[in-house]
Amino acid sequence: MAVEAAERPPSMPPSRRTRGHGTGRERPAGGFELWSWLFMRISGVVLLFLAVGHVLIMHVFDGGVSRVNFGFVAVRWESPVWRTWDWALLVLALIHGINGLRVIVQDYVKWPSARFAVNMLFYVIGFGLFALGTVVVFTFDPSKWPGAS
Amino acid sequence: MAKRKTDLGTLYRGSPGQWSWIAHRVTGVAIILFLFAHVVDTAVVGWGPDAYNRVVAVYHNWFVRLLELGLVAAVLYHAINGVKIMVFDFWPGSTRYMKQLSIASTGLFLLAMVPITWIMGRDILNLSLGWNL
Repeated sequence: MAVEAAERPPSMPPSRRTRGHGTGRERPAGGFELWSWLFMRISGVVLLFLAVGHVLIMHVFDGGVSRVNFGFVAVRWESPVWRTWDWALLVLALIHGINGLRVIVQDYVKWPSARFAVNMLFYVIGFGLFALGTVVVFTFDPSKWPGAS
Repeated sequence: MAKRKTDLGTLYRGSPGQWSWIAHRVTGVAIILFLFAHVVDTAVVGWGPDAYNRVVAVYHNWFVRLLELGLVAAVLYHAINGVKIMVFDFWPGSTRYMKQLSIASTGLFLLAMVPITWIMGRDILNLSLGWNL
């Protein structure tokens, strides 16, 4: 199939036989799958700060989501730092997550057309959410609703 | 055939790596499915205060806050276990200490969850039972 050029060997959890040696997925030999493998690790390190930071700031400390409303977002997004943070988190989390789904789909969905359909569904959802999120993060202007915040 | 059955029989017993492999998948899928919904609910902010405040009111419900605690746990587990995977990937010699590193990363996760559960759980109890912790 055109979309899945090189087939990845199915990932296996480390088994009792390979205890001490098995560490999950083997590193792909090359091509797209090696880039995908590398991307998951690089984006993982960045998300370690972006996603964990986001979750602690927005959901745990300082009242968590109980303080979040329109006014909170309006004040927060006055800063280009937070807009950039949120947009980077949106993009990296979507690609990291949907690539993770693709790996899982390769393991569990064996029938080629079903696999293609499931992957396409996630790609379309991912692209749609990327477009929606990007437009809102960069065009949001609370002054359209004076007095709201 | 008998060999295959034995393989299946031990697939999820034995090495701690087998459990973290499953947990990494489950938490990853949970997070991306939540993200699908979360991008949409945050995007509603572009439709003004009435719409957005109505949507985030869902997150102020105590039961949804309970799910939110699960989300925070999932993100934290996935992050810490992801670091463990990268240690094994980039320093293959470290797989000799797989068991110790698995215990250490799980311990770090559980340790971090203690104050987080207290902070978020307090809010959940206050909301659901009307307590004033």
